[in-house]
Amino acid sequence: MNRALVDNILDHYQRNPGQIIAILHQLQDQERYLPEEELRYIARQLVIPASQIFHISTFYKAFSLKPKGKHVCNVCMGTACHVRGAPLVLEELERKLRIRTGGTTEDGEFSLDTVNCLGACALGPLVTVDGEYFGNMSTAKVNRVLRKATAERKDATKSTAGETEA
Amino acid sequence: MPRFQDPAEISEFRRALQVGHDPHQPYVAICGGTGCLALGAAEVRHAFEEAIAKNGAEVKVRMKFTGCHGFCEKGPLVVIHPQEHLYVGVKAKDVPEILEKVVGQNGLVERLLYQDPATKERTARESDVPFYRHQKRLVFGMNGMIDPTSIDDYIRIGGYSALPKALFEMTPEQVIAEVKRAGLRGRGGGGFSAGTKWETCRKAHGNVRYVIINADEGDPGAYMDRSLLEGNPHSVLEGLIIGAYAISYGLSPVQGFIYVRHEYPLAVKYFTTAVEKAREYGLLGEDILGKDGFNFDVQISQGGGAFVCGESSALMASLEGKPGEPRAKYVHTVHKGLHNQPSNLNNVETWANVPLIVNNGADWYAAMGTEGSKGTKIFSLVGKINHTGLVEVPMGITLREIVYGIGGGIRENKQFKAVQTGGPSGGCLPESLLDLPVDFDALTKVGSMMGSGGMIVMDQDTCMVDVARYFLNFLKGESCGKCTPCREGIKQILHILDRICEGDGKDGDLQRLIDLGNAVQDTSLCALGGSAANPLLTTINYFEEEYLAHIHSKRCPAAVCRALIEYMIVAEKCTGCMACIKRCPKDGIAGVLKKPHFIDREKCIKCGICYETCNFDAVVRISVGV
Repeated sequence: MNRALVDNILDHYQRNPGQIIAILHQLQDQERYLPEEELRYIARQLVIPASQIFHISTFYKAFSLKPKGKHVCNVCMGTACHVRGAPLVLEELERKLRIRTGGTTEDGEFSLDTVNCLGACALGPLVTVDGEYFGNMSTAKVNRVLRKATAERKDATKSTAGETEA
Repeated sequence: MPRFQDPAEISEFRRALQVGHDPHQPYVAICGGTGCLALGAAEVRHAFEEAIAKNGAEVKVRMKFTGCHGFCEKGPLVVIHPQEHLYVGVKAKDVPEILEKVVGQNGLVERLLYQDPATKERTARESDVPFYRHQKRLVFGMNGMIDPTSIDDYIRIGGYSALPKALFEMTPEQVIAEVKRAGLRGRGGGGFSAGTKWETCRKAHGNVRYVIINADEGDPGAYMDRSLLEGNPHSVLEGLIIGAYAISYGLSPVQGFIYVRHEYPLAVKYFTTAVEKAREYGLLGEDILGKDGFNFDVQISQGGGAFVCGESSALMASLEGKPGEPRAKYVHTVHKGLHNQPSNLNNVETWANVPLIVNNGADWYAAMGTEGSKGTKIFSLVGKINHTGLVEVPMGITLREIVYGIGGGIRENKQFKAVQTGGPSGGCLPESLLDLPVDFDALTKVGSMMGSGGMIVMDQDTCMVDVARYFLNFLKGESCGKCTPCREGIKQILHILDRICEGDGKDGDLQRLIDLGNAVQDTSLCALGGSAANPLLTTINYFEEEYLAHIHSKRCPAAVCRALIEYMIVAEKCTGCMACIKRCPKDGIAGVLKKPHFIDREKCIKCGICYETCNFDAVVRISVGV
């Protein structure tokens, strides 16, 4: 367990139990998921029952108790994307990655999830990979998107200012 | 950097900014909303930055990276001021040509002007483009004029003039009376009188009061609040500060919160910047603008991806660091809310309307709209529509005018089928109701609701049973699980809908669905369950024949439901190009070059890839039934 990291986060939020959601977001941003050991430590530090921390961790969709892949792929399942064919795009991603929605590939490279409306409906169906938006998706574009994601991360360039992240 | 100690200082500051802003100097406004960003607006911006830096001409051009302009279908958007010329679908490589025309003041880049799909006519001025012409962009229009990270821009166009007026020319009670008289109703979906809520909160007993911005915009397909927060965060903040004054001044301390969806990081970033700037300028903090004893600040909190946290009591539970579960509201949150204190929660758009009402007066505001619904409403017009985007219209405009006049009609010239308003709490309305006015009560009367502003247009290829299933599936995942009607009822409804879509519909299913729907509606703890039946009951009411076809004939008229459709290749149209054969994941298509291909039904998993791939419309989806 990275105690220093967790202590830093707790101190940043003044060890205020009311800020537990923000604390968990920070932890997940760093560790790519919420490790059990860290959660129990946080519970002790904030004097909250561990059951409550686990209640919160499993209540909110943003949190994951299992490690996410290096590349996180989200398919928007908003209504506009749905009527434009998002479910078929999701299935193609499942086939190409050989995982079910919610899962992570064995090599830890990709996680696939759905997300509630991202609010870019003119571009539907929409897929994000590591925060980058890929609009007007079709099953034909899936391969290209997955390749682009892995290639870009290998370049290790940062995204430019003014670009949004999901 | 100024720190305003009194209203005169901010007026003076504004005057200086206005004097320093030459209205004739050309400037380029680039839309930086999320949609345009995803389409390459950042690259367009960089191209402009480079080109402007290199521009050695006499005419200096400024550039502004603004928030969402609303015409999302046609992004990236660039507007040239002062002429207001609109360019659509701009790419980085177009920039040198655009700039050259601006600098030389010698015409337009014709091919980038908006073109009417039917008449092919091109329109240059933004306000003449049909999409904009029929709108009334009182709240949203400011987005195109300001850099959302600049408080000076907001002040220059008149921002923060309502706040000093409220603090120094009106008592808190007068502010509440004005908002009440204006008839402002909640824009988040509840449609409750904002002024009445404020009044009740002021009269409630508490040691401290809270004013909260509900930015947990969870309805899929709705992104108005996101674009307001990203494009004009100060308009929302100013409304909040006025509200804080109105409900608490002279009675108790007051604290502000904004609860933003986790999926909106840019909105969080820009609102945070706005709050920091407001603090620097003395618009937040102690003795705001010199008003003795008026101390107020705002804390920014994020959600965790739970739709139910848009409900007031759930949101407040989440703010307290608990799971976002609603509670029974025998005692409303306005009496006992956050930390059991009087709490006034309003939607982003509701707060943004407040400065306008204070500045222009209740009479001005109430002159717009209908008897029961005053002012304007921002809708996200999405789905099978030509002009997807955010539109602001006066209450009372008809659905038909929005869909056809502003939205440009149905994509690919297909047939209109339904328009869904109100998100998962709303309903699907058929063509026969298109002349209904957009009005809280008119929409509720027909089984739908205004909701937060999502307006999803559906065409002949949309299956209404599938739509009901989609919404119920969404709600099942978002149900907090606390009360039995919602937790179990929605699950049972979904189970029946799944059966129907899979070809296993039974006699009596329709009545079972109606009974279950009514039970969930009548007995759920909160509005999530309380309105869950709307998508189901409206589709059964207005599209009953579609349900009957599924149940009795095992047929999906729109050819959507997988178990009830077949993919087929029309031999006469097939050119034998083998494109579909190459892409079929199951090697399920037989055929050779230049000869018609054939889909093997045994192998077909109905993934739709061949349908998508064919360039000759030779692959069709059919539902024959029994």
